[in-house]
Amino acid sequence: MPPTDPTPQVAGGGPSGDDPLVPGALPAEDVAAGWTEAAGAGGSARTAPPSEAPGARAVRTYEEPAPRTGAALGAAAGRREGREKVSGAARYAGEHHLSGRVYGWPVPAGIARGRVTGVDTSAALALPGVLAVLTPGDAPRLAEPDDATLALLQNPRVPHRGWCVALAVAETPESARDAARAVRVTYAREPHDAGLRPDHPDAYEPEEANGGQPGRLELGDPAAAFAAAPVRVDTAYRVPPLHNHPMEPHTTTADWDGDRLTVYTSSQGGTTVRSVLAGLFRLPEEQITVIAEHVGGGFGSKGTPRPDVVLAAMAARRTGRPVTVAFPRRHLPTTVGHRAPTLHRLRLGATPDGRLIALLHEVTTHTSRVKEFVEQAAVPSRVMYAAPHLLSTHTVVPLDVPTPSWMRAPGEAPGMYALESAMDELAGALGLDPVELRIRNEPERDPGTGSPFSSRHLVECLREGARRFGWDRRDPRPGTRADGPLLLGTGVAAATYPVMVSPSTATATALPDGTFVVRVNASDIGTGARTVLAQVAADALHVPLDRVRTEVGRTDLPPAPLAGGSSGTASWGWAVHEACTDLAARLAALTGPLPTEGIETRADTTGRADADTPYARHAFGAHFAEVAVDTVTGETRVRRLLGVYAAGRILNARTARSQFVGGMTMGLGMALTEGSTLDRPFGDFTEADLASYHVPAHADVPDIEADWIEEDDPHLNPMGSKGIGEIGIVGTAAAIGNAVHHATGIRFRDLPLTPDRILGALLREG
Amino acid sequence: MTSDNRLGPHSEITLRVNGKPHTLLVDHRRVLLDLLREDLGLTGSKKGCDHGQCGACTVLADGRRVNSCLLLAVTLDGSEVTTIEGLSGDGEEPHPLQRAFLERDAFQCGYCTPGQICSAVGMLAEAAAGHPSHVTDPAEPSGRPVPLDRTEIRERLSGNLCRCGAYPRIVDAVEDVIR
Repeated sequence: MPPTDPTPQVAGGGPSGDDPLVPGALPAEDVAAGWTEAAGAGGSARTAPPSEAPGARAVRTYEEPAPRTGAALGAAAGRREGREKVSGAARYAGEHHLSGRVYGWPVPAGIARGRVTGVDTSAALALPGVLAVLTPGDAPRLAEPDDATLALLQNPRVPHRGWCVALAVAETPESARDAARAVRVTYAREPHDAGLRPDHPDAYEPEEANGGQPGRLELGDPAAAFAAAPVRVDTAYRVPPLHNHPMEPHTTTADWDGDRLTVYTSSQGGTTVRSVLAGLFRLPEEQITVIAEHVGGGFGSKGTPRPDVVLAAMAARRTGRPVTVAFPRRHLPTTVGHRAPTLHRLRLGATPDGRLIALLHEVTTHTSRVKEFVEQAAVPSRVMYAAPHLLSTHTVVPLDVPTPSWMRAPGEAPGMYALESAMDELAGALGLDPVELRIRNEPERDPGTGSPFSSRHLVECLREGARRFGWDRRDPRPGTRADGPLLLGTGVAAATYPVMVSPSTATATALPDGTFVVRVNASDIGTGARTVLAQVAADALHVPLDRVRTEVGRTDLPPAPLAGGSSGTASWGWAVHEACTDLAARLAALTGPLPTEGIETRADTTGRADADTPYARHAFGAHFAEVAVDTVTGETRVRRLLGVYAAGRILNARTARSQFVGGMTMGLGMALTEGSTLDRPFGDFTEADLASYHVPAHADVPDIEADWIEEDDPHLNPMGSKGIGEIGIVGTAAAIGNAVHHATGIRFRDLPLTPDRILGALLREG
Repeated sequence: MTSDNRLGPHSEITLRVNGKPHTLLVDHRRVLLDLLREDLGLTGSKKGCDHGQCGACTVLADGRRVNSCLLLAVTLDGSEVTTIEGLSGDGEEPHPLQRAFLERDAFQCGYCTPGQICSAVGMLAEAAAGHPSHVTDPAEPSGRPVPLDRTEIRERLSGNLCRCGAYPRIVDAVEDVIR
């Protein structure tokens, strides 16, 4: 056996009720004078504040789920990179000061459709410090990418406004910016079309939507069943384009050394970045190193390589200098993907006692002319409720618009806004409590596939949430509670997110000093991957957490899939678990001391992580919201927000709670503040920066409570976990919208619920 | 750092950053944020929007919190600037806010974190100096320290965006420090 500490500091302690709040021991690198206590999160959970009521100050302890016997998993271990982040030492992609480093500044297309007929670079090149201007005519030639958004500067085509048509490279960011401005581009314009409508002549039903789901699912005879249903709701919702806007703009620093390329890039998945670069630049993967040590958020928009990494590598090739390309904030909406707008038609037919007979969810969305991306917003309606007649379809219209892509919970976030709002309408039509309506339609098996659920505790989430929220005291009548000029209301919505997992590799090494190193090219985009993977390893090795070091974020580590689809921890953790289990067995069989280089084991979960499962695997949750709607200003403010989740085993109580709360916060933004407009005459987004696209600010966000029920699901992965990064945004906007209806008696069906919409409706209908 | 920052019209300035004097020739286009990040290698101050909309670049200039992306460096001759790297003094002991952020898990990706912390330092000083905010009760006597409840903290930190949604924990962390 490996050396064990006689008094292990592993969180959770023993089986007999040791304080489960004691966090994991300190990572070795954080044990430094002065920082020690803080870095380890010592005692922090003890004094964590309550979050159930605004303004409440009483101290209570978190109700952490009790970790399993002797387990690091589940504990509220502190983030291993925390000290670097609060001290400013953490380096992100644009912060590597390589010798001779210069700066690239993109030139966005000024037309919505057509082609570049000329790029006059003379004025730009005449500016001091300008090294080059890459144009469609002279940029390095790339192999054709699978992802057409990366075919940058390869031809004169302009598929949408904001498409990169040149890149200026200069000694300083200021000179690069001025040079980009001095580039004169001439175009041959063509008429463009940026207007999404369901009856668009180019609309078609895609074979697949994002995530590989069939574009259409039809069970029974939904249209006839709906027509014959005693109680019917036929309604429509609209979710506008939304932008990820991670705080770190998409940035890459690229450096060539002969035919070897190193990129520091803000990515959710460095392994894919390497393979894509290898293809584009026709290099063996071994000659490319991708480093993404710290990533300033992504929310899907850094899930695959984006233009920054390709442009930086091309510019560095051309100039022979290391080049940083950091996209200006205003370029992001047209450049890195967006959540496509979705138009929803929902038809719900039910019996008078509230049992669904028919559920029809039809979604229309757009994609670009560059590639097909279909926001799978009708897919969650295949999972949620027991309706014998089911229709779930997608229609997509290719337009001359920027290419949409992943944004936190693609499909589920807009789809569940629509479905859960419609369910609230149905509850109103039935005169039935909306929690009860959902419970009444709990399916025995997955409605879409007929498969058994590996675990499903939606009802428990609804009941536990209702209990905590005080739902039983709710007067169901809308528009009847006032507090001065404020109208008050509460709302509920369910949440769901599929369990995804991909094959990964990892190594585990036992060192003679009694410590262990786990290596995997995971990406820590703020999830705390380093920390939770160390917890997985410590449990599998049966050693204290502080004996385990984690290395992530570089392609010279074992290849791993991306941090996306709420699958990162499951995918990487599975490989770490296997490597560590194997290592523990090797150590148990070892006679004599460890060799000086230690013992290393390697795992590859291919064939297991991607094996077919007979189960439908999804996480579920319930969101409860209380709002106050100001009848004078039209402003809606959220007073309380509660999420209760059933997401398998929660591996780190502390970082999981932060992710849930973060998802709910983004859902609050989706409900109240975030909305982008595709400007039809121009073909790009009106709200291009953070002054016009309103991500929630401190003052918008109340105390948010997120918690979970224990769920023991043996059909997932060795840790028993489901993903948690996205479910927090799913249904939150519906819960808030339903609360606004409860407050005002008016049903709003277009997001976001901004004061102009609310006040206008209050004046019209109030 | 290696960047030649004298490509345009430039001037010599001297400023103190985290207690150390620096004399530099600065391009008149250069903002304080780029001076810190590119000339001095102090990359703890982050560039999130470059337009004063996100607060990630917040530092303290002569004791006041500022969006360093909006200040032309050439205007700061003689200024005293404190960044996230200088908050902990000699680096041996973290600033109480840095410690509180760690203890409360008041961040995820970390990109807004230095700005949040510097902003909170400046905000606490403003409240102590009696500066009212939008939510301060007008009946509060002027010039006296403003008590900071959660609503005050939220209002006063609203210039610092956090896309990961760590806001409730950030408010917790600030409360820990003022208690």
